[in-house]
Amino acid sequence: MKDRDVWTLSEAHNGKLKTVSFELLSRGRALADTLGSRLCTVVLSDSLPEVELQKLISHNADIVYYVNNPCLKETVCETFANILQFLVKEYTPHVLLAAATTSGRSILPYLAVLVHTGLTADCTELSIEPETGNLLQTRPAIGGNIMATIKTPDHRPQMATIRPKSTRILSEDTTRTGEIIQVNWDPAWFDQRVSVLETREDIGDFVSLEEADIVISGGRGLKKRDNFQIIQELAETFGGEVGASRDAVDRGWANYPHQVGLSGKTISPRLYMGIGISGAVQHLAGIKTSECIVAVNSDEHANLLQVADFAIVGDLFSIVPEILRQLGQRMNTI
Amino acid sequence: MHIVVPIKQVPETSNVQMDRETGTMIRSGSAAIVNPLDLYSLEAALQIREQIGGKITVITMGPPSAVKVLKEAIAMGCDEAVHISDRAFGGADTWATSYTLSEAIRKLEADIVITGERATDGDTGQVGPGIAAWLNMSLVTFTAHIKEISDSHIIAERLVEEGYQTVRAALPAVVTVVKEIATPRLPTLRGKKKSMQINIPVWDAEALHAKPEYLGLKGSPTRVVKIETPKVTRTCIMVKAIDEESVRNAVTQLIQFLDDRDLVPVQKRSGV
Ligand SMILES: Cc1cc2nc3c(=O)[nH]c(=O)nc-3n(C[C@H](O)[C@H](O)[C@H](O)COP(=O)(O)OP(=O)(O)OC[C@H]3O[C@@H](n4cnc5c(N)ncnc54)[C@H](O)[C@@H]3O)c2cc1C
Ligand SMILES: Nc1ncnc2c1ncn2[C@@H]1O[C@H](COP(=O)(O)O)[C@@H](O)[C@H]1O
Repeated sequence: MKDRDVWTLSEAHNGKLKTVSFELLSRGRALADTLGSRLCTVVLSDSLPEVELQKLISHNADIVYYVNNPCLKETVCETFANILQFLVKEYTPHVLLAAATTSGRSILPYLAVLVHTGLTADCTELSIEPETGNLLQTRPAIGGNIMATIKTPDHRPQMATIRPKSTRILSEDTTRTGEIIQVNWDPAWFDQRVSVLETREDIGDFVSLEEADIVISGGRGLKKRDNFQIIQELAETFGGEVGASRDAVDRGWANYPHQVGLSGKTISPRLYMGIGISGAVQHLAGIKTSECIVAVNSDEHANLLQVADFAIVGDLFSIVPEILRQLGQRMNTI
Repeated sequence: MHIVVPIKQVPETSNVQMDRETGTMIRSGSAAIVNPLDLYSLEAALQIREQIGGKITVITMGPPSAVKVLKEAIAMGCDEAVHISDRAFGGADTWATSYTLSEAIRKLEADIVITGERATDGDTGQVGPGIAAWLNMSLVTFTAHIKEISDSHIIAERLVEEGYQTVRAALPAVVTVVKEIATPRLPTLRGKKKSMQINIPVWDAEALHAKPEYLGLKGSPTRVVKIETPKVTRTCIMVKAIDEESVRNAVTQLIQFLDDRDLVPVQKRSGV
């Protein structure tokens, strides 16, 4: 059923698909199966090898719409929205999902205005309303203290951005078949008002917390800058990234890209560990949808313990070194 | 240079405590404040004005009480304010909000529009990009540093997943900013005085020549169908660690707990 197609917007960088693209396909597959429709994905890129495009199919896409042009080297919201506007008018998808990344959160609201439809931000759950086939989009709001379910009854496509890491990627099936449709480039799409001059990628301790499976965060409980080093060490041991409370960032113990919470990043890692962090509402706003939360705090009444799955109540300066010691021992014996 | 800064009135949440039983927020009163993330866009605007001159107009769409946030912005040093208020605007989603604000911004003939990254209540971050689309302005989102600004263009660094991305955008432009952009200043005495005397015009749907079918709840493509307070599904295993032995035991338990969830790192030996 073509008029019920479910679409996702894949993201690529430097000739490779980003993992969020596969997360979106997991979401999309479930919806398409319920609707009995096809799952399609759009890729806008300057160069993506055939094997990468095939990966979309082996991760459940039925159709890949591929727009390929040197002008698409960098993600520029206006240009991407122009292309999507064309594709939406041409193929009339029922649903369009994008990742709640800096790209998705810029392009989709821009597109929503161009094509006159609704958009729900940063969803963590999606389902289909049985009677109508409408998309039910559920998202945390007011700092994760409520869950709101939203729908777009009368406008198409129904659009949502999806929180990265909130879905598992389905396993790859290389026997799946699908179609790759090359879409011809229209120079009118290219908006030259905004251009990317450069991207600093190799800056010392830059992190993309949204993409991390494990985030280990430190707060004011660390007491001083030098002590923050043990958070770094723990994160390295876990193969995770370093997060920080606003207090730690404001004191200069960590840089802003590490800040988790209301005025920092909202994340959904598989494991979130908060060490010497009280768990103020503004902090919790950024971590509530984490799969597993661990707290280390000397105060058994600290807020963070209320949302934690596991908490050690005690002095972090004896607990963290012990974690490092036991993990080190374990690794050596494996 | 005409800088327009849309700010939102949101419920105060900083004193909020969690209800231990139900896991819901206990709001200590329901004081309304300037969206905390809009303080950064206000500061960015003030700094641009200091650098290249111009005028800052701050606008908000909201009920009569929202005039309070405009006065706060004036107290911080903004020049003028417009209150966008009409019963017809009520219940607007981000599509209708960005439409309404963009009609006001069109009327103000802005060169640059600076918004917060998102509002702390709705938490969508969709209004800024929406305004850019309505007005066909260039869009620069997640801005962490402004490196250069002139009457014709802006060069700014955006905080994206890969790092800091430098973009050049032609004006007029909509710029959404993150906390890293600047440290908000406090209101001044002179500003406070001005905010008490200033006459803030109220623009309704008619003043904006807005399309009635695009306004408020009626003009909103989305509908909220359900609001739920998530049940606290987490049950916390709490272990106390007071001396050397209990620390050791607590950590062993933690590692077991993580191991059961496949979260313990396994170090690969070199060559394997
Ligand atoms: C508008 C607004 C936006 C905000 N945005 C954010 C945001 O994005 N992110 C954010 O994090 N905050 C944010 N905040 C700030 C937030 O309200 C808190 O102030 C902040 O999170 C506190 O940081 P903390 O937990 O590190 O410090 P504290 O609250 O001081 O907590 C320190 C914790 O460490 C524990 N501790 C101390 N010593 C030890 C020890 N030896 N061993 C073990 N535990 C120890 C203490 O028991 C305490 O629980 C925001 C606030 C406002 C008003
Ligand atoms: N009602 C409003 N009045 C003025 N500005 C608003 C309003 N709603 C949102 N904004 C602006 O849009 C930004 C993003 O808000 P939101 O998209 O609601 O998360 C805010 O930081 C404000 O700058």
